[in-house]
Amino acid sequence: MLNTLLSVIGRRLFLLMAIIMTSPVLTFASETMVDPAIEAKPWWFWPLVLFFFCLVLGVLAVMAGVGGGVLYVPLVSGFFPFHIDFVRGIGLMVALAGALAAGPGLLRRNLANLRLALPVALIASTCSIIGAMLGLYLSALNPDIIQACLGGTIIGIAVLLLLSKNTEKPVVTKQDAIGLALGLQGIYWDDGARESVEWKTHRTLLGLFSFIIIGLLAGLFGLGAGWANVPVFNLLMGVPLKVSVATSKFLLSITDTSAAWIYLNRGCVIPLIAIPSIVGLMLGSFLGVRILAVAKPKMIRYMVIGVLFFAGFKALDKGLGLGLMG
Amino acid sequence: MDKNDQALKPSEEQIIYANLLLIGVLVGLVLMAITYFIYLTGIFPAHVDMNFLPSVWGKNVNEYLHLTNTPHGWGWLNLLLKGDFLNYLGFAFLALLTVVCYFVLVRGYFREKNWIYLTIAILEIVVLTVAASGILGSGGH
Repeated sequence: MLNTLLSVIGRRLFLLMAIIMTSPVLTFASETMVDPAIEAKPWWFWPLVLFFFCLVLGVLAVMAGVGGGVLYVPLVSGFFPFHIDFVRGIGLMVALAGALAAGPGLLRRNLANLRLALPVALIASTCSIIGAMLGLYLSALNPDIIQACLGGTIIGIAVLLLLSKNTEKPVVTKQDAIGLALGLQGIYWDDGARESVEWKTHRTLLGLFSFIIIGLLAGLFGLGAGWANVPVFNLLMGVPLKVSVATSKFLLSITDTSAAWIYLNRGCVIPLIAIPSIVGLMLGSFLGVRILAVAKPKMIRYMVIGVLFFAGFKALDKGLGLGLMG
Repeated sequence: MDKNDQALKPSEEQIIYANLLLIGVLVGLVLMAITYFIYLTGIFPAHVDMNFLPSVWGKNVNEYLHLTNTPHGWGWLNLLLKGDFLNYLGFAFLALLTVVCYFVLVRGYFREKNWIYLTIAILEIVVLTVAASGILGSGGH
């Protein structure tokens, strides 16, 4: 009974998402940033639409296994009348709130690993500050630069999600010297396989260097960087998938903090639109976890990849001023 | 190895960090809910009128700050009696949480005499503090 109900809710949410994405109101909003027709709407109209939009986004993000920020920034900047400066600032607050909320459970279950997160967090958070400052500088020069680069990055993320085949338990025959010195190894209990799993890292230096780019991109575009953290931990450094996903989520609570402060101090967080975004995405995530049990995540994952391609091309089109997508 | 084996348990610092984070997140969310309610109900008047926002949220942040006479950096602390800026309490609380949690790690690593991780933790506190201070990226208005 409950499963049927959740399944129906899931289908309704897809329908709602489709309606929102194709709505003339949103298309209009994306085309005319300061159009009098948008200003004519009462102040509560867009925050209310945003809340329901984020609710659906939260459900989809959980089911597709991506963070909220990576969907939030391209979609909200493409379909809502808010300037990309505010969308990026609030996108980081959204990703930060989600990561902070997930952190305690992941740490207690020893799935998120502090030793793995700390050195990586130092690199990523430092670089995310540089990324945030660069993003604000470029945006002040010409917001189209950021919009076009965001489009390119989102298309890249969609390709990465489509092609990457994460490994449940990568085989690491020999730990490298840096991994050994930093103590990047551990053990966790796998409830599914009912066994303990030991792990250690290799290619640690290359992994650490990768977080320079990840941090820069996170700050530059206001994206949570889970989409990049997980492949680097898992495929490059040889960390088991569960530990990679959990540590990545926890890591965002540190990386996004530093970039969020830059945007917050710059005035890029408007409370009227930030709170509905944060609450909507968090409620959507809770709902998504429940729907996940009865949904077909693979199909949803492909749908989200499709949405990312669409949002990426739209941002690219908007940034380059081609006008091919309206 | 058994599920309850001691080797599978998280470290003491990790547990303290998790507990502190949990309490902080709950307090932060409640704080955001209360301040947003105060803002929407107009108990404290807003600095930027809600009816004016749709005409400025499509402009870049520099124009927005100029048109709304909004301060940047920690200037919002002077406007805490304004409904919109009251919401910054919740944002700032959430964004400061990680710094507070890192102090727990510093204490733990100092006790363990784990100098590598003690250095990493201290450096992270410095990075986050610099980011929060407003020294970087809050100029240009």
